[in-house]
Amino acid sequence: MQEIRALIEKEIRLEWRQKYALNGMLLYIVSTVFVCYMSFKLKVDIIEPITWNTLFWIILLFTAVNSITKSFTQEGAGRQLYYYTLASPQGIIISKIIYNTLLMLVLSVLGFVVYVVMMGNPVGNLPLYLVCILLGSIGFSTTLTMVAGIASKAENTSTLMAILSFPIILPMLMMITKLSKSAMDGLGWETSYDEIAILLAIDAIVLSISYLLFPYLWRS
Amino acid sequence: MRKSWWKILCVVLLFYTLIQGLIGAIPRQPVLNETLRNVYFHVPLWFGMMTLMVASVWFGIKYLRGGNIQDDEFSSEFANTAILYGALGFITGAVWGNYTWGDPIPKDPKIIAVEVGLLIYSAYFVLRSSFEDEQKRGRLSAVYNIFAFAAFMPLVWILPRMTDSLHPGNGGNPAFGKYDMDNRVRMVFYPAIIGWTILGVWITSLRIRLRIIKRLKTEQL
Repeated sequence: MQEIRALIEKEIRLEWRQKYALNGMLLYIVSTVFVCYMSFKLKVDIIEPITWNTLFWIILLFTAVNSITKSFTQEGAGRQLYYYTLASPQGIIISKIIYNTLLMLVLSVLGFVVYVVMMGNPVGNLPLYLVCILLGSIGFSTTLTMVAGIASKAENTSTLMAILSFPIILPMLMMITKLSKSAMDGLGWETSYDEIAILLAIDAIVLSISYLLFPYLWRS
Repeated sequence: MRKSWWKILCVVLLFYTLIQGLIGAIPRQPVLNETLRNVYFHVPLWFGMMTLMVASVWFGIKYLRGGNIQDDEFSSEFANTAILYGALGFITGAVWGNYTWGDPIPKDPKIIAVEVGLLIYSAYFVLRSSFEDEQKRGRLSAVYNIFAFAAFMPLVWILPRMTDSLHPGNGGNPAFGKYDMDNRVRMVFYPAIIGWTILGVWITSLRIRLRIIKRLKTEQL
C-alpha cells in the first residue's frame, strides 16, 4: 500500500515538474473541441444529440490514447531498470493505473466543461452523465495502461498503441455511449443499472488481468 | 493408424457433412427454406474458431509459464487458423444473410463482434512482426493475446444477449435448436462441428510442423 502511494506521488510530482506534457494534453483537448465547434456549430448550428455524444467520446478516446501512451515512454530505460530493482511489478501497474485514472478524470471533466460551453448542453441527467465519465475514465485508463506497457517495448509505439487498443476498447466504448445516451435523454438511474454493472464488470476483468500479466511484461 | 485416426475421422465427417449438406433432406422452414443447409458450415466454423482461439490463449499462458519457444509457435499458428476460420465464417454468414435477412452485412452485434475479433488478431500479428528478439516477441504477444481475449469475451457472449440481434438465441430470439432443427439436422450438425474443428487443428499442426522445421534449419546454419 505504502509502495503504491509513494509511486503515485512520484508520478504526480513528475507530471507537475514537466508541465508541458499536462498543458499539452489540455491544449490538445481544447483545440480538438474547437475544431468540432468550427465544423459543426459555426457553419450549420445543428448537431444531433447522438452526434454530440459520440463526438465527445471519440475526442476523449483520442485524448486518452495520446496521454496514456507516454506513461511508459517518458521514463528512460535506465530509470525503468532502477524502478525494477526497487518496486514490485504489481505496485507499479496499480499505481500507474490509479494515476492515469486521476489524469483522465481531470482531462475529461475539463474537456466536458469546454465541450458544453462550446457545443451546448443537451444533457438531461447530469449526475448520471458524470458517473458515466467516471466509469469511462476508469475503463480507458485500465485498458490503455496495459496496452501502453506492451506498445512501449516496440519501436513504433504510437502506431501500435492505436491498433492494439482500439479493438480492445470497442466493447467498453459501445457500453459507454449507450449509457451516456440514456443519461443525455434524461432517463432515470434504474434504467441504466445493467450498463453500469457491465462496465464495472469489464473494468474488473481488465484490472485483474493487468495485475496478473504485468509481471511478465515488466521483466523484459 | 494410432496417430492418424483423427485425420481419417475428420475426412469421413467432413465428407458426410458435405454430402448431407448438399443433397440430404432438410425440414421446410419459412424464410429459411433451403438455406438451412448453411447451418452445417457457418455455425461449425464459429465453434471451430472459438476452439482455436481458446487453444491459442492456452498456449500463450503455457509460454508465459514455461518460456518454451515452441509454445509460442503453437499459440501464433492457432491464432492464424482462427483468423482464417473467422473470415470463412464471416463470408458464409454474409451469403446466408443475403438470402434470409436481405442484406449481407446487416447491423448486428454478432457481426460487429467478429469484425472486432478479426481486428484484434490482425493487430496481434502486427505486434508480432515488430519485434526482432524471439523471446521478447513471444512474451509480449502472449500478454496481448491473453489480454485481448479477456476483453473480447464480453463482446461475444454478453453484449449480443443484451441488445437486439438478428441471430437466433440472442436478444430474446429463440435459439436455433428449439424450432428449426429436427433430429435429421442434428445428426449432421454435431458431426459437422467436430469435423470442422478437427480440420482446423489439422491445418494448424501442419503449419506448426513447417515452422519447426524452418526454425531447426536456420539454427543449423
